[in-house]
Amino acid sequence: MPEDGALCGTFFMNGDVACAEGAISAGCRFFAGYPITPATEVAERMSERLPHVGGIYIQMEDEIASMNAILGASWAGLKAMTSTSGPGFSLMMENLGLGVMLETPCVLVNIQRAGPSTGLPTMAAQGDMMQARWGSHGSYEIIALVPSSPQEIFDLTITAFNLSERYRVPVLVMSDESVGHMSEKVVIPRISPKELVSRRRPDGTQEQYLPYKADGDLVPPMAIAGEGYRFHITGLTHDERGYPVMTAEAQDQLVRRLVDKIRLNKKDIIRYEEVGVEDAEVIVCAYGISARVARLAVQEARNAGIRAGMLRLITVWPFAEDRIRELAQQVKAFVVPEINYGQIVLEVERCAAGKASTLLVPHMGGGVHHPQTILKAIKEAVQ
Amino acid sequence: MTTPLTVEENTVDSLLRLDRMPHIWCQGCGIGPAVGCFTRAIESSGLDPDKIALVSGIGCAGRAAGYVKLDSFHTTHGRALPFATGLKLGNPELNLVIFSGDGDLVAIGGNHLIHSARRNMDMTVICINNFNYGMTGGQAGPTTPLGARSTTTPYGNFEYSFNVPYLMAASGATYVARWTVLHVRQLEWSIAEAMTKPGFSFIEVLAPCPALYGRMNKEPKGLDTMHSYQERSIVRDGADPKDVAIDSDGPIVVGKFVDIERPTFWDQWKLLLDRAREKKK
Repeated sequence: MPEDGALCGTFFMNGDVACAEGAISAGCRFFAGYPITPATEVAERMSERLPHVGGIYIQMEDEIASMNAILGASWAGLKAMTSTSGPGFSLMMENLGLGVMLETPCVLVNIQRAGPSTGLPTMAAQGDMMQARWGSHGSYEIIALVPSSPQEIFDLTITAFNLSERYRVPVLVMSDESVGHMSEKVVIPRISPKELVSRRRPDGTQEQYLPYKADGDLVPPMAIAGEGYRFHITGLTHDERGYPVMTAEAQDQLVRRLVDKIRLNKKDIIRYEEVGVEDAEVIVCAYGISARVARLAVQEARNAGIRAGMLRLITVWPFAEDRIRELAQQVKAFVVPEINYGQIVLEVERCAAGKASTLLVPHMGGGVHHPQTILKAIKEAVQ
Repeated sequence: MTTPLTVEENTVDSLLRLDRMPHIWCQGCGIGPAVGCFTRAIESSGLDPDKIALVSGIGCAGRAAGYVKLDSFHTTHGRALPFATGLKLGNPELNLVIFSGDGDLVAIGGNHLIHSARRNMDMTVICINNFNYGMTGGQAGPTTPLGARSTTTPYGNFEYSFNVPYLMAASGATYVARWTVLHVRQLEWSIAEAMTKPGFSFIEVLAPCPALYGRMNKEPKGLDTMHSYQERSIVRDGADPKDVAIDSDGPIVVGKFVDIERPTFWDQWKLLLDRAREKKK
């Protein structure tokens, strides 16, 4: 093990553990959480590992407190993370909004299980995808990444920290029970410091520092507590000084920037994988574990002479709308398998805008699709 | 005739955001005097203001974060304590003060309050208790005395209220005191003592709310409530916290009730680090 305590080598581990290791490799040194199936193993791993890498683990009294604690730790200068599942994700929504408003880098992992309410705690779902986008009140943009394997949850947890530090926004890792509890080979490379992003810090004098004055890239440099800046931050609508201003003009200026700093940088943020889309007449648009199942269905469709392809969304929010619009010009149909009763399919349908048809392949949760179900939908879509 | 003494500058001006004055608090409100005691406590304690972070929740008292020239965080309703917990653990050099109201800390934030005390997290909570929700217009809460009027208890409050110092002592706070804003010297001294003592310190500060609670409970001016404090307060350091409950017109026991030593969260964490290292060998 290298001196900084990050693992390096080839391991057999489940997705939850790989997520924790990704966080440690990314430089995360603070974890606050609350036990919840199927995300508990992330917290357990962090409680074991953080003391050895100079970090801190704390089990809070609930998920509301966990979310707040990581925001506080981030303002003390640490990279911070929490992990949870549906019910805890719901509890975190209020202070996810605080993180957006205060522009606080942090990572929130949701190992999704089937809901509503307590639902199926030990079984997979992808039912929180729209909650990830719209779960906190008010107008905002968020970043959400969706891994489809233990290896990818390791990789994307690092990406999540990097994007979070770069854009000063909470980043969501929207995994699910099947990836979280699946054990596979995970290759952990030696991560060089150059691969890790840290928030930009103010370089002016303390007197001149304005906590929310952004330059061209719309992301202000961030001071941390205890450095003598004596800054004020608030969840109220605020100006560049961080002072509350209760006017529609201040609201317009602030919210526009909070949204635009993500929207205008979506090319840098959006990641996807394409399989056989060049000549495709039908494209399966899938994400997470559903994309992994769909891969076999797409292959079998090809074997049956259907020109099928797959667009695997890695970044789900912001949505890859430009790419869907382009592909809609080319294909007859999009097939969207997801473990819910229709969420991301609505986005695909919006972007396809009638140029291509859209077919939802729902699964209510408690497992994953059978590849044959997706294959059947592909066949229907091209008829 | 005496010549009034005027000064050009308040000695604690450097700890206030004068560019944000005038503040939003009503005439006769007790929050301002409590902020004054807090700033003077920083001055008298000799603590470095650059290393003090103040965290507030939401409500009238929560607005204090916006008026002090410190690293100051105005967070969400009830959540100042977990936010402060992250800050403190992220940088143990920081001296954490939580300045918020009774509704924020004891009602919506009640779970965080008892758990922060249980952990003996090294921080000082200044809880302004004006017996009602001021920011939203004077509703009853868990500190409103039995029988008191509020906009949501028009026939008198019928719910029992918390004896907050008792709750804090039972939860594990190592310093518990109560003062009113009439007791400016004691309050300043108590805040300085709490801020320089390791562990979880809790100070309940009774403050007039003439615009709302006072108006509805026969104390329409701030001065009326101050007179009431003067008549009803009994200083009893070391009083058993179970005996200091407040009712609507009985005595108000003030003083320092708890001042004990117990390892802090950070002390316990350092022991854990030793055990973790030992296990790894």
